[in-house]
Amino acid sequence: MLIPCPWCGPRDEAEFHYGGQAHVAYPADPAALSDAEWARYLFFRDNPKGPFAERWSHAAGCRRWFNVVRDTATNEIHAVYRAGGQRPVSP
Amino acid sequence: MTGERPSPPARFEPVSDGDLRIAEVPFRTQVNLRLDPGGPAAGDIGRALGVPLPAEPGTYGSADVDVLWLGPDEWLVVGEPGRERELETRLRDAAGTGHVAVTDVSAQRTTLLVAGPKARDLLAHGCALDLHPRVFGPGRCAQTMLARAQVLLVARDGDEFMVLVRPSFAGYLVAWLLDAAAEYVSGQPG
Repeated sequence: MLIPCPWCGPRDEAEFHYGGQAHVAYPADPAALSDAEWARYLFFRDNPKGPFAERWSHAAGCRRWFNVVRDTATNEIHAVYRAGGQRPVSP
Repeated sequence: MTGERPSPPARFEPVSDGDLRIAEVPFRTQVNLRLDPGGPAAGDIGRALGVPLPAEPGTYGSADVDVLWLGPDEWLVVGEPGRERELETRLRDAAGTGHVAVTDVSAQRTTLLVAGPKARDLLAHGCALDLHPRVFGPGRCAQTMLARAQVLLVARDGDEFMVLVRPSFAGYLVAWLLDAAAEYVSGQPG
C-alpha cells in the first residue's frame, strides 16, 4: 500500500506508523467524567467497514503526524490532510 | 584528530571500480535545526548559513554547508568534520532570542558515499523510492528505508549519493551494499 504523505509524497506503507482513529477529542473537563465515560473515551473506537478517518505518522521519513481517510475494506485512500485539519466531505 | 576515532563501518575496504565507488565519509558535522519557517529567525539563519532554508520538501541547499530539508520545521545542517562548535555558535548567534532549537547530532549518523553510473541501480535494490535523475536528481534528499534501515539519502552532482545512516545500522548497511554491489564490480566473486 502506498500512503501519500502530505509532505513527502507517496511512500511505502512500511515507512509509516499507525495511530488509530482520528478526531477523538480530549474531554474538556476530564475530572468531571464518570469512570464509564472515561473508559469510553480511552478505549472505545469506531470500527466501520468503509471509509475511516485515522491518524498516521511518517515514522521513517519526515516524522509528521497527519490524517488519512482510508476504506477499511479495500485500503483505498480517499483523502489525506494535515493533523488538526477538518475531515474533507466525501463526494 | 579524527584518525584516532573509531567509526563503526570503518573496517570495510572501500570499493572503487569504474562504475561504482563505495566509501565511508566519517565524522561529518551535523547540526539539527528546528524553527518556524514563517518566523523572523528563519531569514536571519538563512543569511548566516549563506543559503535560505529550503522550503520545498525533499530538497537541500548548499553553501559551505548543506542544509537538508527534514520536515516542515526541521533541517539538518551538514558540514566538514570538526566544525560542530563553529556551526552551532553561528546558528545560535543568528537565532538570537528567537524560538529556535539548535542541536549537535554529529554522532547520530555516519555517511556512506555511493557514487558512479551504477549507484542508482545499486541503491534501487533496496529502496522503494524512484531514483531516476528526473525525479531524484542533484539537489534532492529524502528520509526513507534502504534495505530496511532508516537512511537519509542525498543526491549530488555526477551520480553521487550520500547515504546518512545511524552508526548502529552502518555495519549492516555496508555488508548489504557490498553484497548487492557484487554484480557491478569486476573481479569480485558474483
